[in-house]
Amino acid sequence: MPEIRNYTINFGPQHPAAHGVLRLVLEMDGEVIERADPHVGLLHRGTEKLAEDKPYNHSVPYMDRLDYVSMMCNEHGYVSAIEKLLGVEPPERALYIRTLFDEVTRILNHLMWLGAHGLDIGAMTMFLYCFREREDLMDAYEAVSGARLHSAYYRVGGVYRDLPDAMPRFERKHLKDPSEAKALNRNREGSLIDFLDDFADRFPGLVDEYETLLTDNRIWKQRTVGIGVVAPERALQLGFSGPMLRGSGFEWDLRKKQPYAAYDRVDFDVPVGVNGDSYDRYLVRVEEMRQSARIMKQCCQWLRDNPGPVMVDDHKIAPPPRGEMKADMEALIHHFKLFTEGYCTPVGEVYSAVEAPKGEFGIYIVSDGSNKPYRLKIRAPGFPHLAAMDEMAKGHMLADVVAIIGTMDIVFGEIDR
Amino acid sequence: MDTLIGLWDTFGRDWPYLATLIEILVKIVLIVAPIMLLVAYYTYAERKVIGYMQLRLGPNRVGPKGWLQPIADAVKLMFKEVILPTGANKFLFLLAPLITLAPALAAWAVFPFDEELVLADVNAGLLYILALTSVGVYGVIIAGWASNSKYALLGAMRSAAQIVAYEIAMGFALVGVLVAAGSLNLGDIVRAQAGGIFSWFWLPLLPLFVIYFISGVAETNRAPFDVAEGESEIVAGFHVEYSGMAFAVFFLGEYANMILISALAALMFMGGWLSPFHGWPILGPLFEWVPGIVWLFLKTAIFAFLYLWFRATFPRYRYDQIMRLGWKVFIPITIVWILVVGLAVVYELPWWFD
Repeated sequence: MPEIRNYTINFGPQHPAAHGVLRLVLEMDGEVIERADPHVGLLHRGTEKLAEDKPYNHSVPYMDRLDYVSMMCNEHGYVSAIEKLLGVEPPERALYIRTLFDEVTRILNHLMWLGAHGLDIGAMTMFLYCFREREDLMDAYEAVSGARLHSAYYRVGGVYRDLPDAMPRFERKHLKDPSEAKALNRNREGSLIDFLDDFADRFPGLVDEYETLLTDNRIWKQRTVGIGVVAPERALQLGFSGPMLRGSGFEWDLRKKQPYAAYDRVDFDVPVGVNGDSYDRYLVRVEEMRQSARIMKQCCQWLRDNPGPVMVDDHKIAPPPRGEMKADMEALIHHFKLFTEGYCTPVGEVYSAVEAPKGEFGIYIVSDGSNKPYRLKIRAPGFPHLAAMDEMAKGHMLADVVAIIGTMDIVFGEIDR
Repeated sequence: MDTLIGLWDTFGRDWPYLATLIEILVKIVLIVAPIMLLVAYYTYAERKVIGYMQLRLGPNRVGPKGWLQPIADAVKLMFKEVILPTGANKFLFLLAPLITLAPALAAWAVFPFDEELVLADVNAGLLYILALTSVGVYGVIIAGWASNSKYALLGAMRSAAQIVAYEIAMGFALVGVLVAAGSLNLGDIVRAQAGGIFSWFWLPLLPLFVIYFISGVAETNRAPFDVAEGESEIVAGFHVEYSGMAFAVFFLGEYANMILISALAALMFMGGWLSPFHGWPILGPLFEWVPGIVWLFLKTAIFAFLYLWFRATFPRYRYDQIMRLGWKVFIPITIVWILVVGLAVVYELPWWFD
């Protein structure tokens, strides 16, 4: 009698639902998954090692490239670790700006996730709807830092510069139909704060739009309810964090439990799931987007009322203003020393984590007192999530593997580092 | 020379047959050519319609408003290499696309475009169409098997199971039509619906009508039932390994089938070439001048549009959920409704069956 073997299929690394370069080796009994074996490392760039032979302030842009859909949150984790090491407290305005942009980033990430998750399950239109709003937030990124993706905006001791007073506008001469200019520039007449404030007002209505397409859709529910269930205790054992943990019904959010930046001064709720399935995680993330808009609104109000510095006034860790450099020799030397040599940190170890959109993003630094970290370890939220792939996918069908990859919200930049 | 004369003699004697043959060939061309053109522009319409639903523009670069896009696509596909995968069964690999396309075109032979406008007025027309549309599944299975690829095989397995399941639901829905019309001849089915929009079969056969169209969507492997292609799951399913013209033929087959299902829905449930105001006091005479084929085209266009609308709106079903829907929901409903229609016909329910 011939031996019955399982069907082994190579899912990825070039697969439309592999979210980058995931390679899954699936052992299947017909359509049912017997074993899902994720292979990682195809996007390994050695970020940790690279950071170890550069002065501290040179590595901020590397952080953007870890989880490349939640850039500023990664920067936040990194700079807050160094600030903790140095014992520096950024000015309050900088903390609010960080809170504001952390939430902008959270919405950016969740929109990307929602679009991609929808696309994986076949709801193609979601992707384009989500990208419409992402475009506005990308413009905000660009207005504040000059780059749409890899912003390098958060710096040790504050943020690179204050929010701009004017939002860049569409110019009539570059438009195919100049009469559209007025409509396109409607919310760009004021400052960046006005623009984000307007966005936070509009956004809940747009989330309603996405929910109309998905939340009560029978097919969407059939595809997500009861798929990839993780019990709360198991989620903890697996090292889950962020929406993956909250979706399982465990209320844990670093913004509430260990408040950083200005999170203890803004009002927001933490949504928690009940069943720990893909649908609950979907609901948690959608609600998080609404809460983010709420936080953005409060930050915009505070930032409007409270002008002030956005960077510490210590030129050993923050560069002096450009104008000062032209006239003052000391400022010039500070600038030169800061950008070539950086600064030395006290000997010690530090771990600092932020609630990134995907979960707990932590930076662990061992300092030997030099201007470079002796060891830098990145705790990426996606890695433990992906590690649970086998457990979550076992017994489900091939189509559910795609839904589970979607619900994990994995990005290979941070998993492979 | 002698042979030529001999040939001439043979055909000279059988002249009437030759004339019929040529006439039939010309008619076939007259039907197939517009359908191929329609298929080409249906792909354009799909990209435009879905584009606008998704807040984008769709093709607008090739020719005015992008009208030449389908032509450009066809030219591109024709000049691409058809790659034969190692280990593929070459004969079956190349045969499969043809098996998909041929029935989709052949089915039009018995399709009445107007009162008199039909290539073959066969009495078993409905049976012929059912038989032909079932052949299409062989193309998919053969393609999946001959490609020698795991993804393709998975797609083919899914597709085979799905098409067989929905074929039954669709067949039962058509049995309802057949009972209601009392004929298998497509022309007679339309004539049985004579009258305005409320006399058509969509109203008394409403559940069958809905099931027929949903089954039609499933049968053509379109979203939300496109598990056989399942872009995000099994990449492209049964046609992953195809490229160039071989791939294009699959595509032609799929779109020709979509148009066929839409046209059949229009024919069997929406009164085919009949005017929606037929026999009404004022509107009836007002629209008397509109040729029947125009009505048929408009009705077909509605269903063709629904296909695109579904695709832009719904997420994809999972394979086992599709099977459950087919076997546990559609087939029982159709059986019950056939019974209802049977009773209505026997007891001559007023308005439709009296």
